Amino acid sequence: MLAAARCVVYRDLLLALRRRGDVAVALLFFVIVASLFPLGIGAEPNLLRSIAPGVIWVAALLSSMLSLGRLFAADYDDGTLEQMLLGAAPLGVVAAAKAFAHWLVAGLPLVAIAPLIALQYDLGAGLWGILALSLLVGTPVLSLLGAVGAALTLGLRGGGVLLSLLVLPLYVPVLIMGAGAVEMAAAGLGGGGQLLVLGAMLVLAAAFAPWAIAAALRISLE
Amino acid sequence: MLEAADLHCERGGRVLFERLSFRLEAGEFLRVSGANGSGKTSLLRVLCGLLTPSRGCVRWKGEPVAALREEYARQLVYLGHAPAVKGDLTAEENLSIACTLAGVAASRDAVKSALARFALPHDVPVRRLSQGQRRRAALARLALSGAVPLWLLDEPFAALDTEGIERLGALLSGHAEKGGAIVFTTHQDPGIAATRTLELA
Repeated sequence: MLAAARCVVYRDLLLALRRRGDVAVALLFFVIVASLFPLGIGAEPNLLRSIAPGVIWVAALLSSMLSLGRLFAADYDDGTLEQMLLGAAPLGVVAAAKAFAHWLVAGLPLVAIAPLIALQYDLGAGLWGILALSLLVGTPVLSLLGAVGAALTLGLRGGGVLLSLLVLPLYVPVLIMGAGAVEMAAAGLGGGGQLLVLGAMLVLAAAFAPWAIAAALRISLE
Repeated sequence: MLEAADLHCERGGRVLFERLSFRLEAGEFLRVSGANGSGKTSLLRVLCGLLTPSRGCVRWKGEPVAALREEYARQLVYLGHAPAVKGDLTAEENLSIACTLAGVAASRDAVKSALARFALPHDVPVRRLSQGQRRRAALARLALSGAVPLWLLDEPFAALDTEGIERLGALLSGHAEKGGAIVFTTHQDPGIAATRTLELA
């Protein structure tokens, strides 16, 4: 079972490595969207500081969604997804591994680059840590929830648009808690509470989303 | 081993087949033939458990396959219409990943010799190979799946040259001799003596 999970993660990372362009596009999208706001709004430090958490989190959310469409679609087209459904390991384990690989490729780089973006918004050095931490806990939830949507819209016409409509509302609690943690910390109240709620969301999503993804995949492949 | 009981299949409001029943024992070869759109692929997908029949059920050694799931999946190899190989990976990577996911132990050497048997380069990304070679890359999995009893193959002879057809034929008869069971679909005569045929109208 673990061998299969490791194999899926290895395979998806290898594929991402062979198609570096796709990964770079999502990352660049994040950097550009987050950089447009200071350019458009102007250099008013207080305003920038107050919008920073929300803007960075929204950019992360959109960037993470950008690569969701490909999560299962490519495997669906070439038949490898069918083989995963007929694999020796439970499909939930494979689904969890795919979501984890998506996070490694589309979520983790955002965590690493967020402090740099925060620089443009004049966020204090103490807040970088909270921002990165909130993204570190929050982006895996985005990958897990997004994978459920991607599995449900697999093979549908106009699936891309439907995927956004389906997934974005589910992302709202993550956005509120993630941005809230940074705002609270900026106000000197400490963002611990929000981070804990984010952590709870992650635990719940990690426990239940893989089985929802598996069920959705079985329906989509019928 | 494999038993189909009173299978009905409907796709998009059209009945593909109904009241289909058969038994397949070890060492048997079942050739499913029929015109395009007669439901050959759907039948194979029902047999491997990807598709739920609208009525009836498939049993493996007496147990319904819907209840067995992964346990049944470990007993079968299904090669569908799509070759199920990743264009960005080499044939060797494709094969070893497919084997790991299927729970079939395959060493590096075993993978290389399976590819050599199908005359495939092991270090070229599959997208640079021809259609027939891609098909071979998918079929190479069979050379490593001797221990898996049930093979379900959808149009395995499509896009293969005569030499490839011979190799595959030898592999199939070898498997049947060792007590495996094979179901394959085809709309042309592959020149292989199937022990049974099933004609879908």
